[in-house]
Amino acid sequence: MITLSGVRLERGGRLVLSGIELALSERRIGIIGANGSGKSSFARLLNGLLVPTQGSVTVEGLDTGKEAKAVRRKVGFVFQNPDNQVVYPTVGEDLAFGLKGRGLARPEITAKVEATLERFGLSGFGDRLVHELSGGERQMVALAGVLILEPQWLVLDEPTTLLDRRNTRTMMAAVEALEQNVVLVTHDLSLVETCDRVLVFGEGRIVADAAPREAIATYLRLVS
Amino acid sequence: MIAGLYRAGDSVLHRMGAGAKIAALAFAGTLVLTLTSLWLAGGFLGIVLALYGIAGFGPRLVLAQLRPVAFLLAILFAAQIWLAGPADAVLVVIRFAALILAAGLVTLTTRTADLVSAIERALSPFARLGLDAGRVSLAISLAIRFIPAVGQITAEVREAQSARGRRPSPLTLVVPVIVRLLKMADEIAEAIDARS
Repeated sequence: MITLSGVRLERGGRLVLSGIELALSERRIGIIGANGSGKSSFARLLNGLLVPTQGSVTVEGLDTGKEAKAVRRKVGFVFQNPDNQVVYPTVGEDLAFGLKGRGLARPEITAKVEATLERFGLSGFGDRLVHELSGGERQMVALAGVLILEPQWLVLDEPTTLLDRRNTRTMMAAVEALEQNVVLVTHDLSLVETCDRVLVFGEGRIVADAAPREAIATYLRLVS
Repeated sequence: MIAGLYRAGDSVLHRMGAGAKIAALAFAGTLVLTLTSLWLAGGFLGIVLALYGIAGFGPRLVLAQLRPVAFLLAILFAAQIWLAGPADAVLVVIRFAALILAAGLVTLTTRTADLVSAIERALSPFARLGLDAGRVSLAISLAIRFIPAVGQITAEVREAQSARGRRPSPLTLVVPVIVRLLKMADEIAEAIDARS
């Protein structure tokens, strides 16, 4: 479970989020809201990339401000732009990056990388140069690079914004098949229709916390 | 050395350890600079070209290694003709071309992760002086990974300026490219934090 208590977040002297009280335990949670409503900052609070100015965020009992490293092992994060998330020149090397950081032996790393490539339909991509891949393939590599570390939670910050419809479908099919709890930040309302719970953000506050149909209706009223 | 990037293969050079290749490159680099005979320098260049063949790489890849530095080699050649005469100019250009090709061969036959691990191992004795070999190796990997990205950003900015009727010049390119690179650096740092 992820718990947010009395969370207020300021960045560069500007109030970004306030009055956040939440307990998240559902398998699929959607986050929607207009640009600048605070949803991406909210996502970054969940794995300790940002810590609240006031209040606290805990993941499975771990405080994100005090135990950031342990929290990040539990919460994987996929960014909007895979170009800035994939840090090694080739696909295989990038998948091995996080595993090396955890001190795994080389044979174990190789086996995990091979298994992950196969799982995400990337067999034969191990030696491919990342900058030569398509946008969809790159986002899949970014997703695989996070999931190879087997986090309990996965936060995706607008992962399909740069993808076409076909790649969006492929990406979301991969996400839907995951056993992890997923928090999905998106502008694409169709992607949250199957979520268990949807939060709507507006001007740094949660303005709706409901089932998809009701949450989407609230959002559409807000932006109309 | 960086521009080539790894090309998969199963040659003896691909199988050779990264540390051995880096050490051999350092030795060859020192050796080639001591060669004063045009024939010996030409022989060295011939050996490097033969190694490309052994690694399974054709003339196109050899030219691809030299293309980015062709302008620099031309300036070097012209300067040497003026300063020391044509024979020395040819010698200097052969030395540098051989060295660039040798360095390119190391990158082409070695995975970045193996190169970085070898550098990390070589730097590990300096840990007692406070050097974090892991950070240094990550910085090297990032530099290699993002060279194509820098080229792409520059091309995008140039295209955006052309589309708005502005003739791109180095002066008008510099600021927007640097701003985008700094933003990219922030996002990469955040991504590394998230995956650590």
